[in-house]
Amino acid sequence: MNIGQSIIEALETLNGNKLRSGLTILGIVIGVGAVIAMLAIGQGAQDTITSAISGIGTNLLFVSSGNDILNVRNPKPLTLGDAQAIADPFAAPDVLAVAPIIQGRSDVTAGGQTMSVSVTGTTPQYFIMQNYSLLEGDFLTQDNLQGNASAVVIGPGVADKLFGRRNGVVGETIRINGQPFRVVGILQSKGGGTFGSQDNQVIVPFTTAQTRLIHRSALNEVDQLYVQVVSAQAVPLATDEVKQILRQRHRTPVGIDDFSVFSQADFLSIATTVTGVFTIFLGGIAGISLLVGGIGIMNIMLVSVTERTREIGLRKALGARKRDILIQFLIESSMLSLIGGMIGILLGWFLGFIVGRVAAASGNPFNPAISLNAILLATLFSAAVGLFFGIYPANRAAGLEPVEALRYE
Amino acid sequence: MAKDWVIHAEDLMKVYQMGEVEVRALAGVSCNIKRGEVVAIMGPSGSGKSTLMNILGCLDLPTSGKYILDGEAVETLSDDQLADIRNRKVGFIFQSFNLLSRTTALANVELPLRYAGNVPNKKERARAALESVGLGDRISHRPTELSGGQQQRVAIARALVNDPAIIMADEPTGNLDSKVGKEILELLLALNRDNGTTLIIVTHDQAIAAQTQRIIHLRDGLVEEKK
Repeated sequence: MNIGQSIIEALETLNGNKLRSGLTILGIVIGVGAVIAMLAIGQGAQDTITSAISGIGTNLLFVSSGNDILNVRNPKPLTLGDAQAIADPFAAPDVLAVAPIIQGRSDVTAGGQTMSVSVTGTTPQYFIMQNYSLLEGDFLTQDNLQGNASAVVIGPGVADKLFGRRNGVVGETIRINGQPFRVVGILQSKGGGTFGSQDNQVIVPFTTAQTRLIHRSALNEVDQLYVQVVSAQAVPLATDEVKQILRQRHRTPVGIDDFSVFSQADFLSIATTVTGVFTIFLGGIAGISLLVGGIGIMNIMLVSVTERTREIGLRKALGARKRDILIQFLIESSMLSLIGGMIGILLGWFLGFIVGRVAAASGNPFNPAISLNAILLATLFSAAVGLFFGIYPANRAAGLEPVEALRYE
Repeated sequence: MAKDWVIHAEDLMKVYQMGEVEVRALAGVSCNIKRGEVVAIMGPSGSGKSTLMNILGCLDLPTSGKYILDGEAVETLSDDQLADIRNRKVGFIFQSFNLLSRTTALANVELPLRYAGNVPNKKERARAALESVGLGDRISHRPTELSGGQQQRVAIARALVNDPAIIMADEPTGNLDSKVGKEILELLLALNRDNGTTLIIVTHDQAIAAQTQRIIHLRDGLVEEKK
């Protein structure tokens, strides 16, 4: 029997019982739609996070105290001395610059307005590494650093809140923890990033922060070191150099570092792993609804076989072989799942679109990405569901004895 | 003379196991039917005439015995081969018509050709068969749009379309009023007269049986041949 003709006949049969076919298809539509939407959302989350991480520059290393993998007792804190040692061009030829960072939260006030912001104490190199640009004024200078100056660079969010404007703020005075600081520059807005808004921060000279704002137990202790590498290709070399220097200075036993060095690639691979697991998890849950839809197909096909016993008997009397009957019912069940799959792809795309819109409206730009792979996967999977759950009913139909089937009332 | 026999059955037995009890539906039936003959099978209910028809129509296999249909020994065939025999050599006409209600008259008649595999001009042959039963103007009607007599004509066209060796009619007029029933019988007999189609009619109706050339009477799974 001709396949094209069988498909037309199957569609006519399904069309003959619109409500029943429609409800069966709906089960698959929801299943496939959920799978597509979940995969799209997972993929979108992954894209957003990786692009945020890519934005921090490919040639930066982040050094922090402690070890995330091994449990190290009493890790030595990172110090300014460590920063200077890493900055030494003879010891670490692949390192371009080092910025020590010390961070805390403080209240800033000006003109009766108060705001809680993140305070970063660092060196002038930091601005270059972070790719900041200025609305007006200047970055912190080496003189500010050496003179323990009460100078501060503020984010645009802080200027908005404290002064209600972004122009002409340079030269004004703000109080951090009650101590007066002169504003020397205003940063350009970077918008809300994945790691919190960078607009609501103030940056002061490292020395000033260390002596007057953020107190740490050890002398010259820093929270983090930002290391700029000469080029992206040199990142592995620079990582080794930094580790070598810190091992010597901290006198750690071999293989038990009391510090961690992360590159952007490390962050990227961690984020990809996490979002990958997240996507599989979501897709798996959605897959369950596809399975339920498949059971719906099996159920309705079994009913259909019973109802059409006489028809099957007649077809056999007219010369249909087992295989003809089997194919007929398999085509019907795969048509159900295929149509459901196609509508489901549209539904999933629509759901993803809505989620993207909701995310954008709530200030987290996020694009659910429907990949061709997801569509292929869902289509194949739904066709396979139709075939798999159609086999049992179709087999049952094909195995009917013609005499019995013809006599069936 | 054996070559003239389109049906040659020897000592057909059919035994059903109903729980503990064996039921002998056929207890050794032998019959020969010549090509072009019109034969009626009669008998009270339970006499085995349906069983005999099913076996002669290759819908069922005998428990024992020998059956040759149009030169092919049937009792050795597989399910698929039996399906093929039914398709090519037997045309069925049922009491309740058994048309597919969702499809047109033409598609119903075409169905056996589609199961036959690579047959050219399916549509033309189906249309010709419908014309030969006088329904040339009804080819795209669905069974629900046709009268009982017209539905049975479609069924006859469907039985004819593959040019079978025998046509088996099981109470072909049982669901029709007597006037229409007479027309259907006339049509069947005319097919025999004009094309020489072998016709086997299973019936209760003495009046129908009287118009055939020969009657096979069955009683308790055995033949009482008369006339």
